[in-house]
Amino acid sequence: MDLVFGFTIACYIISSLGYQGYILFQKRPVYRISSIFLWVGFVCHTGVLIGKYVQTGYIPVHSLHDTLSTFGWAVIGVFLILQIRFHLMVLGALVAPLASLAVIISSILPRPPIELAPFVQDLWRTLHMATLVLGNAAFAIACLVSILYLIQEKAIKGKNQGFFFRRLPSLKLLDSTGYASLIVGFPLLTFGIISGVIYAQTVRGRFWSWDPKEIFAVITWLVYAALLHERLAVGWQGRRAALMTIIGFLVLLFTFFLFFRG
Amino acid sequence: MAGKKQIIAIGLNHKTAPVEVRERLAFSREDTAKVLQAMGENPYVDEIALFSTCNRVEFLLTSDDPVQAEEAVKDFMAEYKATPRHIFEEALYIRKGDEATKHIFCVASSLDSMVVGEPQILGQIKDSYAEACEHGSCGVILNRLMHRSFSVAKRVRTETGIGDHAVSISYAAVELGRKIFGELEGKAVLLLGAGEMAELAVEHLVNQKARPIYVANRTFERGVELADRFRGTAIRFEEVRDYLEEVDIVISSTGATDYVLVRKDFKGLMRSRKNRPLFFIDIAVPRDIDPEINKISNVYVYDIDDLKNAIQENIEERNRAATKGERIVDAAVIQFRNWFKGLDVVPTIVSLREKAEQIRQKELKKTFSSLPTLSEEDRSAIDKLTSSLVNKMLHDPTLFLKTNANCNDKALYIEMARRLFNLDGSNGPE
Repeated sequence: MDLVFGFTIACYIISSLGYQGYILFQKRPVYRISSIFLWVGFVCHTGVLIGKYVQTGYIPVHSLHDTLSTFGWAVIGVFLILQIRFHLMVLGALVAPLASLAVIISSILPRPPIELAPFVQDLWRTLHMATLVLGNAAFAIACLVSILYLIQEKAIKGKNQGFFFRRLPSLKLLDSTGYASLIVGFPLLTFGIISGVIYAQTVRGRFWSWDPKEIFAVITWLVYAALLHERLAVGWQGRRAALMTIIGFLVLLFTFFLFFRG
Repeated sequence: MAGKKQIIAIGLNHKTAPVEVRERLAFSREDTAKVLQAMGENPYVDEIALFSTCNRVEFLLTSDDPVQAEEAVKDFMAEYKATPRHIFEEALYIRKGDEATKHIFCVASSLDSMVVGEPQILGQIKDSYAEACEHGSCGVILNRLMHRSFSVAKRVRTETGIGDHAVSISYAAVELGRKIFGELEGKAVLLLGAGEMAELAVEHLVNQKARPIYVANRTFERGVELADRFRGTAIRFEEVRDYLEEVDIVISSTGATDYVLVRKDFKGLMRSRKNRPLFFIDIAVPRDIDPEINKISNVYVYDIDDLKNAIQENIEERNRAATKGERIVDAAVIQFRNWFKGLDVVPTIVSLREKAEQIRQKELKKTFSSLPTLSEEDRSAIDKLTSSLVNKMLHDPTLFLKTNANCNDKALYIEMARRLFNLDGSNGPE
């Protein structure tokens, strides 16, 4: 299993380098080869995760090691799905390295034994973690797309038709991809928080305990809720929305690590 | 005295001759037929093709006596166009051998064009070549040269991306629009004022299926006229502010001395537009659109200088591509030179003999290894037999090539011999 995991990491790294190469040299074959490596890596990764599930009987989201690995997998998964609809070829250059980083960190983290919990408790914990990991993956993509948006917007506003202007897609495509990712991420985040609250109730007998972790989780949710509200109601788009998406993800990351630090 | 056959390119182009000279010497399609006819009869000219576009006049020919052929072309031009030689002689360039090959490859690949990478030239060259073929004025050498130049041009285009990216102002505006909106289909366009460049930009946008089109002009009648041309709607100049809520792209080219739109016109506008992006293309000098407007979120303002800069970068990009293109051309020139060199009697005979000898040695080896009992004497007898067989077989072809070495159809015979014996490695013309 470790061998397959290693192979997955290798595929992701090769794919990352390939996507960078594609941005630099703009050669279609480089892009295609990178995509193939990413797919191969993704399939192997899926195999690893299924293997873990079969072996332990738990969806692998219980330790930081497992969660990061699943997160990397989900990021690639969301990216591959988005690719069908949006053809954002350059996005791979950011997504593949992010996923690589997640799985590399995951591979060096300790693998604590799973603490067994009563069935109902574990059900909520698994739901809580799994939806959040998927939601985080969607928000990570939204953040990366927003970074690309800001770069392209700066090039167009600053009238600098250079390296990035040529290589990055239209503002419209970047904006709508970011929006789509947010729409996917938000319900997952919402459900993740709700199931987390229920899980807390099953463990501590209390829904809410004014823990900084909990407060930050709510702040994260509020940031994204405000962003989506503005987008829907006022038609917020462009630079401000992109900045907000990036800020949202930073808050999310902070909350995420707050939880794992215990 | 007839020397060695050479390829010669004689011509003038936008770099060497001003337009007054080029237009005097340009040949129409009807002219071309007469030129090919007349020059084909000239004793010093072997094969010939003529390319004449608005930016260049090129004679491409082969001759055994380049100096005389050159004079013949100059005389012919002076006579046919009733233009004294001194008017155009300064502007003429004369390239021979590899230089001529390189020149025609560069022309076909659009590396020698006024706008490097423009796609029309290859089509024009192909047409002219077809014309020459119709008149039977192209032979083995020019046929090969032209076909090579077409494939070189294709390689340069696909491998360097020389034709990518806009180099005209109105097209640059369209390219920018695409980077903002993605698709231009269904994007509403407002034309303020009128002017050649602005109208051209609108046309480009219409071609990209942008619609509806609104036209606002100080004189309403003129606006109606223009609107009809683009199948759009004419609006009054006072209504412009209201229409800003609807349109996506504004092309401005009025004669106003002050800004037509200033920042305070945009108060509340973006909110009622639901922040949809708005793209201003300000072609007017003095400018119509306050550059401050570019600072508003989701609004982009490009004036004429910005567009020029955008093209400048594209032109530089093309020049970099051209350098790459020249490398492809250089390699092709060497390849062609090798073929051309082989197109002489001596190398053809040499490679014919080499090929026969190779076959003989191979077959001998096979025979000897299957008959190990042969004595040394038997072997030398067989060796002698095969050797004289080959010599006798090759005697007549060799003699034929040598005796025809100085006739006009030499290239044809040699090319035929090379193909007949497959001396260039592959069967078939390419």
